Amino acid sequence: MAVAVAVAVAAAAARVWGSSRGLGQAGLLLRRSAARGLARSLPQRQEQQHFPSLDDKPQFPGASAEFIDKLEFIQPNVISGIPVYRVMDRQGQIINPSEDPHLPQEKVLKLYRSMTLLNTMDRILYESQRQGRISFYMTNYGEEGTHVGSAAALDNTDLVFGQYREAGVLMYRDYPLELFMAQCYGNVSDLGKGRQMPVHYGCRERHFVTISSPLATQIPQAVGAAYAAKRANANRVVICYFGEGAASEGDAHAGFNFAATLECPIIFFCRNNGYAISTPTSEQYRGDGIGRGPGYGILSIRVDGNDVFAVYNATKEARRRAVAENQPFLIEAMTYRIGHHSTSDDSSAYRSVDEVNYWDKQDHPISRLRHYLQSRGWWDDEQEKAWRKQSRKKVMEAFEQAERKPKPSPSLLFSDVYQEMPAQLRKQQEALARHLQTYGEHYPLDHFEK
Amino acid sequence: MAAVCGLMRRPLEQVTVRDAINQGMDEELERDEKVFLLGEEVAQYDGAYKVSRGLWKKYGDKRIIDTPISEMGFAGIAVGAAMAGLRPICEFMTFNFSMQAIDQVINSAAKTYYMSGGIQPVPVVFRGPNGASAGVAAQHSQCFAAWYGHCPGLKVVSPWNSEDAKGLIKSAIRDNNPVVVLENELMYGVPFELPSEAQSKDFLIPIGKAKIERQGTHITVVAHSRPVGHCLEAATVLSKEGIECEVINMRTIRPMDIETIEASVMKTNHLVTVEGGWPQFGVGAEVCARIMEGPAFNFLDAPAVRVTGADVPMPYAKILEDNSIPQVKDIIFAIKKTLNI
Repeated sequence: MAVAVAVAVAAAAARVWGSSRGLGQAGLLLRRSAARGLARSLPQRQEQQHFPSLDDKPQFPGASAEFIDKLEFIQPNVISGIPVYRVMDRQGQIINPSEDPHLPQEKVLKLYRSMTLLNTMDRILYESQRQGRISFYMTNYGEEGTHVGSAAALDNTDLVFGQYREAGVLMYRDYPLELFMAQCYGNVSDLGKGRQMPVHYGCRERHFVTISSPLATQIPQAVGAAYAAKRANANRVVICYFGEGAASEGDAHAGFNFAATLECPIIFFCRNNGYAISTPTSEQYRGDGIGRGPGYGILSIRVDGNDVFAVYNATKEARRRAVAENQPFLIEAMTYRIGHHSTSDDSSAYRSVDEVNYWDKQDHPISRLRHYLQSRGWWDDEQEKAWRKQSRKKVMEAFEQAERKPKPSPSLLFSDVYQEMPAQLRKQQEALARHLQTYGEHYPLDHFEK
Repeated sequence: MAAVCGLMRRPLEQVTVRDAINQGMDEELERDEKVFLLGEEVAQYDGAYKVSRGLWKKYGDKRIIDTPISEMGFAGIAVGAAMAGLRPICEFMTFNFSMQAIDQVINSAAKTYYMSGGIQPVPVVFRGPNGASAGVAAQHSQCFAAWYGHCPGLKVVSPWNSEDAKGLIKSAIRDNNPVVVLENELMYGVPFELPSEAQSKDFLIPIGKAKIERQGTHITVVAHSRPVGHCLEAATVLSKEGIECEVINMRTIRPMDIETIEASVMKTNHLVTVEGGWPQFGVGAEVCARIMEGPAFNFLDAPAVRVTGADVPMPYAKILEDNSIPQVKDIIFAIKKTLNI
């Protein structure tokens, strides 16, 4: 690969530059127009207006910095790296009143209810996996703030590419409990026709792209979608969620680089929750977290992911500018994964109960927002009790219904491989139907829709 | 010259495969502004193999995009753009490099429509040169027809001549499924007559339909891409000995047009498949398996035989390379062996 391209590029370069070796005016003009041709007048590319003396400034096409005559390596700054932006302290008190987004009561209550309803649903579905009712589940404990804070700052039509721990975004967009459950149970109401593992939600109506298991593949895809939004002049941003572990994938590097070079209206939202299954961040990267953004030319910020208002403010501003300026933004939301990676994981094998308890008790997005609500007089213990009862009831009802619903029809095994069903699949579908007609009694057909 | 032209019918246009693909893309770019091309060197450089010559000049930065060097990156971008409603053509400089992006092609492009329950289509075209070239050695010479043809959710086409190239690229772009178009670098510069229908801007070749390039009665010879030409050469040589070969140009790898091959085998009673790819688990293996499973099996008078590339990574030395891909003499040998001559 490198050989073919290197030869081709070298040949092209020789054609452009070879003819301008002289320092005469003609040579300089030729170089400038050639440089413009190669650069194609990208707005950020610095046009070199003057050529005072060629000793003073570096002329490399690849960088526009100054010369330095002291040997010095740039130190990666890990000890006192990028600061963490927050609005509330751990007790839910606003630190700097000018940073308070002053969201109306209804909106803040919606944030709170979304987070707590998600938390309740998580508990019940985790248990249902333990009881063998569903095959698999992933909880969102501790990260609810990152979901709803960002979702609340977006337009409802902004496109969402998630990884798998962003159910709160859907919850905030009023995805019904019935459909969350339907997907996990793979029952007849599932929009995805029972084709995916649990928590791989997708909803066209709510602009949430179906979750795909391979990590970080959604990153360059989100960039492509953002490019499409830019082309359409749609006043639309794409937000792409991923964990700090997925950010190690090659796809992430490519996605960041492309978003910057293609100038796309995209928000990269990294949930840095401390662990990728059992791999702690100390083994995941050596740089300053996902503060790699500036390395790609991307405006970046680190926020307290357990502070809903900090997440909200950062996302809101990033959205405004991404759309207005057609450039990517990177938000690294620092948080903590309180639950296990999934139902296939037992995190007590690699971290202490004390560590988990600290985050659960001392720095949780739900309790911090509750303190804020209570200090404003918008919530109290009685409402808390009533809401806990009500949300649990809602979840249990949806859960019981989901259990009782049949699975999708066996004929759906064959559809959607292509837009139009190929003849040999149709034949197989018909053969299955005939087989079931004759031998149906040997199959648990009453669990399935006809 | 002019006087002669006035008196006789205009000779059919000779168009190289490269120009045919270029024309096909140009027409589709013009027809639908959602179509765009991205890949390495496709814009100002006119394409590493000049297939996209002139397109950037005509359509500009928004429709013809040079990407940084990351196949996984730009394949992913193409998939995302297709998910969001555009119709990208993603060029791999060669399909060998698509291995760096193969997760995006298979796990994201091919499977998503199914896995999303029909919610999320991915109308993307992946194209580029495939298979053996000349003197570029193992990492630049692999044939991916069998690899991509293996996957449900993908359509895979493999044009041979200019008419194939133009009609299939246009069909691929208009198709709402992800389509892999396996071109051939050695065919890019070869001119063919384009029939008059192919001059029309709506000239399409249906995906999933093979073409009988040469009628025959003694044996069915099935091939795709460049080997089709070798088969026709072999047929010409054998015709002098009284052996008439029916040469079938598959045109599409997936969905395979097995019916055309079956009908032919039921007529000729003999089958040889020819491909540039490796023998194990290849295109020829699939053709033979399907013939066994269908009505044509009972019409075979001899076991079907596959002619394939040698089961080695492609060597660099010319004499070794030449003997690592099917040559006309190998095809003739296989045909005669099958016919027991």
